[in-house]
Amino acid sequence: MFDILRTIRRNGLLDRDLPEPEPEAGAAPLDQLQRQLQTVFGRALRIRQVDAGSCNGCELEIQALSNPYYNLEGSGIAFVASPRHADVLLVTGPVSVNMEQALRRTYAAMPEPKWVLATGDCAACGGVFGTSYATRGPVSSIIPVDAVVTGCPPTPLAIMQGLLRITAKRPA
Amino acid sequence: MNLDYLPQAALQLPANVPAQQVVVNAAQWSHSALRLRDHGAVLLSLWGADDRDRDGRFRVYAAFLLPQQVVVLEHSPTGGAAGYPSLTHWFPVADRLQRALYDLLGMEADIGDTRPWLRHDGWPEHGFPLRRDAAAAEPQPQPGRPYPFVAVTGDGVHEIAVGPVHAGTIEPGHFRFSVVGEKVLRLETRFGYAHKGIAKRFEGQLLHDGHRLAARVSGDSTVAYAWAYCAALESITATVVPPRAAALRALALERERLANHLGDLGALGNDAGLAFGLVQFSSLKEQLLRLNRQVFGQRYLFDWVLPGGVATDIDAPAVRALLDEASMLEQRVAGLRAIYENHAGVQDRFRDTGVLSTALAKAHGALGLVARAAGVAGDLRVDMPWPPYEQLRPRLVLAAGGDVAARARLRFDDIVESLRLCRALLETLPPGPSLASVPAAAPYRLGLGLVEGWRGPVMIALETAPDDRVRRCHAHDPSWQNWPLIEYAIIGNIVPDFPLINKSFNLAYSGIDG
Repeated sequence: MFDILRTIRRNGLLDRDLPEPEPEAGAAPLDQLQRQLQTVFGRALRIRQVDAGSCNGCELEIQALSNPYYNLEGSGIAFVASPRHADVLLVTGPVSVNMEQALRRTYAAMPEPKWVLATGDCAACGGVFGTSYATRGPVSSIIPVDAVVTGCPPTPLAIMQGLLRITAKRPA
Repeated sequence: MNLDYLPQAALQLPANVPAQQVVVNAAQWSHSALRLRDHGAVLLSLWGADDRDRDGRFRVYAAFLLPQQVVVLEHSPTGGAAGYPSLTHWFPVADRLQRALYDLLGMEADIGDTRPWLRHDGWPEHGFPLRRDAAAAEPQPQPGRPYPFVAVTGDGVHEIAVGPVHAGTIEPGHFRFSVVGEKVLRLETRFGYAHKGIAKRFEGQLLHDGHRLAARVSGDSTVAYAWAYCAALESITATVVPPRAAALRALALERERLANHLGDLGALGNDAGLAFGLVQFSSLKEQLLRLNRQVFGQRYLFDWVLPGGVATDIDAPAVRALLDEASMLEQRVAGLRAIYENHAGVQDRFRDTGVLSTALAKAHGALGLVARAAGVAGDLRVDMPWPPYEQLRPRLVLAAGGDVAARARLRFDDIVESLRLCRALLETLPPGPSLASVPAAAPYRLGLGLVEGWRGPVMIALETAPDDRVRRCHAHDPSWQNWPLIEYAIIGNIVPDFPLINKSFNLAYSGIDG
């Protein structure tokens, strides 16, 4: 117990005391993104993630959103276990034929209003896998997409910026 | 290496590790597999090829890992037939590999499970995508058929079906538990959801571009797969990789191991109720990724390993930063290890949970991390070191017990050894270029690349076509071997421990779905 407390004290508040990520071309600084996310979504946004056949590179960066640096939950944005609790569907992968039905069902299970964020090059356009006997290509060929995040894999900052873009097409 | 016990003379096979190929007929196929098993071989992979355009035949290949070399058996059924003798009797892992081979090529083993594996709803019934005459066009969706899971019956037995969409941010797969109360009687896994047709996609690609697709077989092992692909191509073309490039590749591979182990240890703590562990380890992983970005230009090293070498070199300040980070990680991970090992709650969840016995691991040909945590030796870096590992002399890291605690301990020890290797690589980084040109490849040559990724050995079998193109490329992930073992490790455990056990194995979905 004392070791835990000592480690916490020594390492400090990770979301504040550690260096900013390297600036990315066209990306806003992390703290600005966090403030924007809080303002736009009022600290209340729930995300359901579906891997529709990705290589798992995107999943690694989505998981990173929960680490103390990006601290997405600190902005009131959480990943939920059921699509019925979700506002946003975060989809990765070139939509494998074997995941098509599961993706459609997950989308159908979400309550309105709902948004879809296609994340990563595969979800955006099929990526290196393209369209084949086994893949349908972009997520937008299966369900309506509100915003797209490119990158292979996209960085956590790029995914956070993508979340801000879904409101551009906010349903009435 | 002496292979006198095999019926035909062995031919050298281009590869980054000692590898030989033996061409056999149907009777010799089974006999040779048995003899190989008697000499300590495990089945590494099984794949096929449609060569009817060249000589009217199908071919089936089986790669075996012997203690110090790889042996590939090749068999082409006569008269253009597509049947071959099953290997499941001696090598249980062959079962799912044979099912996948049938789904892709229509090559059928004489014995074994005939349920579809990669072929879910939506595939045409008689379309075999890897056949040369298969249309590349999109198939028409087919109506779904139920998949016959093995049913467990009895008083109070019920089923829990999980997936393919899971509660967390993980890959798609289906788990069918048969339980009484909380206790798991049987688990049956079903995969193939992430099947992307990678093998078909490889066909006709430029050999010098194929590493990009290989790098995306399993994203968390991108360096391992890209290196395996490049090693296969470089072996076929007799390319000499500059020593600096080899050292930098090993550095990247060890950093990939570190990143994954750090992430897993955090998640294991979290699954055992210690959120503190997740916070600490995920922050260490993030720091490592940020240094990757600074030094290599990206957080995960996609497409950084390419044929002939690596994409970018590193300078002296980068070497210093990496060495400083190694010291920091050594200290921080040692501190966290002490906390994990002295934490009664964590140890209570870790110990005796999800036990994989040494005997079972051996019988099923377990590979990599999962095998080593059950006390079964095997690490390509140690057993058949390729440059630069032959100079580094990595130590074999083993753990006893085969439970979640052993797999956690193994990761801690792996981190220590990986950091030692990183330090050695950085301190003796050879000068010179980091990229060499790769000459044109002769057509119809088979080559292998084997790399010990963080999960275990990954393999790429590459066959060339005219005009510097890929004729066939088969990727193999050690998760093929290890997934069936989770089904054993869970027996008798309670359902709430499954996430913890699953995390301690942390096997690939995309990596086996292909």
